[in-house]
Amino acid sequence: MAEFRMPSLGADMDAGTLVQWLVKPGDGVKHGDIIAVVETQKGAIEIETFQTGKIEKFLVDVGTKVPVGTPLALIRTEGEAKPAAAAPPPLAAAAPRPIPAPPPRVAAPAPPMVPGEAAVAASPAARKLAQERGIDLSAMTGSGPGGAITYADVERRLAAAGVAPTAPAERKPGAWLDLAAMRTAIAAAMARSKREIPHYYLEHQVDVTGCEQWLAQKNAALPPDSRLLIGALALKAVALACRRYPAFNGFYRDNKFEPSPAVHVGVAISIRGGGLAAPALHDADQLLLDELMRRMRDLVARTRAGRIRGSEIADPTITVSSLGERGVEALYGIIYPPQVAIVGLGKVVQRPWVIDGAIGPRSVVTLTLSGDHRVSDGHAGALFLAEIGKLLQEPDKL
Amino acid sequence: MTLAADKPHLSRAHMLDLLQRMIRIRRFEEKCYELYTQEKIRGFMHLYDGEEAVAAGVIPVLEQRDRIVATYREHGHALVRGVPMTKVMAEMYGRQEGCSRGRGGSMHLFDAATNFYGGNAIVGGGLPLAVGLALADQMQRNDLVTACFFGDGAVAEGEFHESLNLAVLWELPVLFVCENNLYAMGTALARAQSETDIQKKAACYRLASEAVDGMDVIAVEAAARRALHAVRESGKPYFLECRTYRLRAHSMFDAQLYRDKAEIDAWRHKEPIARFRAWLEVNHMIHPDDLSRMEAAIDAEIAEAVTFAEAGTWEPVEQLTRFTYAETSIPAGR
Amino acid sequence: MQQDAMQQQPVHAGTIETTYREAVREAIRDAIKRDSRVFLMGEDVGRYGGCYAVSKGLLAEFGPERIRDTPLSESGFTGAGIGAAMAGMRPIVEVMTVNFSMLALDQILNNAATIRHMSGNQFGVPLVIRMATGAGRQLAAQHSHSLEGWYAHIPGIKVLAPATLEDARGMLWTALQDPDPVLIFENVMLYNMTGKLAADAGAVDIDKAAVRRAGRDISLITYGGSLWKTLEAASSLAADGIEAEVIDLRSLRPLDDATIMASVAKTRRAVIVDEGWRSGSLAAEIGMRIVEQAFWSLDAPLGRVCSEEVPIPYPRHLENAAIPQAPKIVAAAKAALGRL
Repeated sequence: MAEFRMPSLGADMDAGTLVQWLVKPGDGVKHGDIIAVVETQKGAIEIETFQTGKIEKFLVDVGTKVPVGTPLALIRTEGEAKPAAAAPPPLAAAAPRPIPAPPPRVAAPAPPMVPGEAAVAASPAARKLAQERGIDLSAMTGSGPGGAITYADVERRLAAAGVAPTAPAERKPGAWLDLAAMRTAIAAAMARSKREIPHYYLEHQVDVTGCEQWLAQKNAALPPDSRLLIGALALKAVALACRRYPAFNGFYRDNKFEPSPAVHVGVAISIRGGGLAAPALHDADQLLLDELMRRMRDLVARTRAGRIRGSEIADPTITVSSLGERGVEALYGIIYPPQVAIVGLGKVVQRPWVIDGAIGPRSVVTLTLSGDHRVSDGHAGALFLAEIGKLLQEPDKL
Repeated sequence: MTLAADKPHLSRAHMLDLLQRMIRIRRFEEKCYELYTQEKIRGFMHLYDGEEAVAAGVIPVLEQRDRIVATYREHGHALVRGVPMTKVMAEMYGRQEGCSRGRGGSMHLFDAATNFYGGNAIVGGGLPLAVGLALADQMQRNDLVTACFFGDGAVAEGEFHESLNLAVLWELPVLFVCENNLYAMGTALARAQSETDIQKKAACYRLASEAVDGMDVIAVEAAARRALHAVRESGKPYFLECRTYRLRAHSMFDAQLYRDKAEIDAWRHKEPIARFRAWLEVNHMIHPDDLSRMEAAIDAEIAEAVTFAEAGTWEPVEQLTRFTYAETSIPAGR
Repeated sequence: MQQDAMQQQPVHAGTIETTYREAVREAIRDAIKRDSRVFLMGEDVGRYGGCYAVSKGLLAEFGPERIRDTPLSESGFTGAGIGAAMAGMRPIVEVMTVNFSMLALDQILNNAATIRHMSGNQFGVPLVIRMATGAGRQLAAQHSHSLEGWYAHIPGIKVLAPATLEDARGMLWTALQDPDPVLIFENVMLYNMTGKLAADAGAVDIDKAAVRRAGRDISLITYGGSLWKTLEAASSLAADGIEAEVIDLRSLRPLDDATIMASVAKTRRAVIVDEGWRSGSLAAEIGMRIVEQAFWSLDAPLGRVCSEEVPIPYPRHLENAAIPQAPKIVAAAKAALGRL
């Protein structure tokens, strides 16, 4: 059975209205016969069939407007259809794939973002220099049109601050923020934290031999820049533990605790020259380890290069600080308000350990918790730490 | 050139050949119509039904090295000229196996191998081009003719007048072939021209000319032979007006509000293929078997062309900007 | 007008004192002598000697086949040039001025620019079209256009604006050897310009911009007849302690982005001087490219000095006010530097 469809008659024809049949069911038709009249925006056009046979049945009522390609009638062809009169192949088959826009000829450079940018009028060149040298534009006045800050204005500011404006290509690590300003800010935050938050401290020693073995096996197949570090396992374990113990994941504001629905783990990163920042790894509980490791590396690199976004600084729901590389066995951190906990990770050491009654060497790490006693107490803290330790016994499940 | 060369040789073989050329065009156009309604062919498409005698009568008389400029109603011209049907069909489909790499479609068939210079979609736009091709041949002392096909619509464009004037002034070997099908899209000749005798206009430019019944393929061939003989002998241009008729609409999407059915039917009775076949039958030059064999071979060729086009590939989008400019290196100087 | 402003060649036996007009004439002579495919075709190029006397004497030297007078049929003879180029010749079509080129626009856009791409690279059009352009001779609205920017919009052709004697002498040969259509715009105010030219001056490249004056405070980007006004403006600015870098685009399609961006990276400011009308001008295109490619270098908003949005009027004072002038360029530069 062949279909007689609404034909396309023009480049801009999308649909047509069937206004008249010139045959009726049962009539014989042959290739080239005009069998219907269609009304289009240009007028009435007669349409012909390319099949030979008998009209079996009409499918569309006279007076209906249908899109091009809609079957209008069925034609019962005689025996085998002639090759030239074969049923038309499905219309969609050969549609060309949509043409994507050609790639832009020039790649735009990634815009440097300064946290807390207000609507300051400054030229692009001035902005770039300010951001590289850690100058706060909002604290400046400009000599350009309408008070806009120009490149020369920023240069003058740098000269006054005693910082030589080096060629833009040179980028000193840690110079993304005025270090003096950064330390001032840290001082204020830490003092406030100690003043306002009643800290309690817990310590837990965790056997991470299993972790190390699992990592060794996993990393054997990976290139150096993709290898997992134990810090990533710890971050994931902390994030998962936060799900079970929400009292450690959230903010204390306006005299009450707001648990956070998401777990954004702040990663404390030291910056050469004395700086410190703890930007967030968002939704850390949902990241696969490889991805978590990759994002952690990215975060560290960007922090040290001065390319952190404002949102990344502002929204960690708990922080993890690790000084293992520095050789310290345990650290008792100060909570970053408005967070309510900070987990510390020391260095992994070989210790004599008792297993099944015998003494043997194990890799052990000291986990610490500094908790906000307004929100949680030692009992909860102990459970939280124990959970982290338990999770680290099954690294393959992280 | 002997006189015999400028008269058609009325052998049976030649007659069948003429008929075959015309039927081949007609069937190809029918298939294109069908494919267009199925959206396999898109954009604008202009069919040649009724005018086959002009292309079939003129083009075989040209030599392979001669040049042809045609319009957007050029499927028949391309086929008779020898552009492979597979490549023409693939071009209609927009596939890169088409004669213009799929980039031109129905209106822009180009083929360097057969000296086929398009496929020009601006009415009248090909005439200056033809003048230029002939100018180059004259300056390079090439013994070539450029045949330029256009319609009655082009006669209204300034380029028509400029081109005829230049060709005569500079004595260029151009054969101007006006396919007067009485309509420029929807405008009848009488409503577009103060003087509807187109051949008369050629005379105003001192251009040698002739008018011929474009529905009679033998008459067209005879006229073409006379014309080409004149051009080659004198090096001067010639104007051939072929009086014909377009049986289908201007293009696919045309309700033909501008002419009535009675007129079309009247012309259908004079259409070149039926008329020539009847003449051949009366003169016992054709047998029904000849016809069915011919049609079967043509249908097979068309089916093969459709298969070829269907199997064609799309030019990769990454190649979009290729050949906007030549890919040879540009000399820096000296 | 003299080209001394940027003359860097020492005067010695190897230089000649000549004019822009004569340099163009010499370029045509040289091409016709060296390449048998080259011929000149246009209105009044033969007997009359050329509307601007560029082809004076060439008919006597080369004969009517190589120096062809045409009837007033811009579309006809431009199309003929296209066809002849497709069939093996290297024509120089002279359209008397850009003002009359509108009659040939269909042939230029729909044939010359499209044939290679549209035919799938089967045919190319190695044609050169020369046109006089620009205002300044009180020729009024229909004879004073600067439409280089319009043509530079079209893919498939190349557009040149020789502003110096070296370029007037040297661009034509390179353009004739190019396999694609090349349009050469000669500003009417430059024909009488005198200066020194190397006696053996020859073909030059046609795709690079040139830094005509080095500077560090602002980039002044321009082409054609406006080059000299821009250099004059740069001298004025220097007197005020502002060192402007002047870039002569030379090729309007393709634009030499690399030279433009290197300059803006250095100076951080740019003013574009373009004799076309402001809206949708070539200056707008260049400004956009600078924003796309050199945004982070910019220390001031981009500026442009273009023709006022009026048909060019006849009386001198109005015509002068309608087109770019050195004082306007100086003012635009100072505005960019915040030094009004």
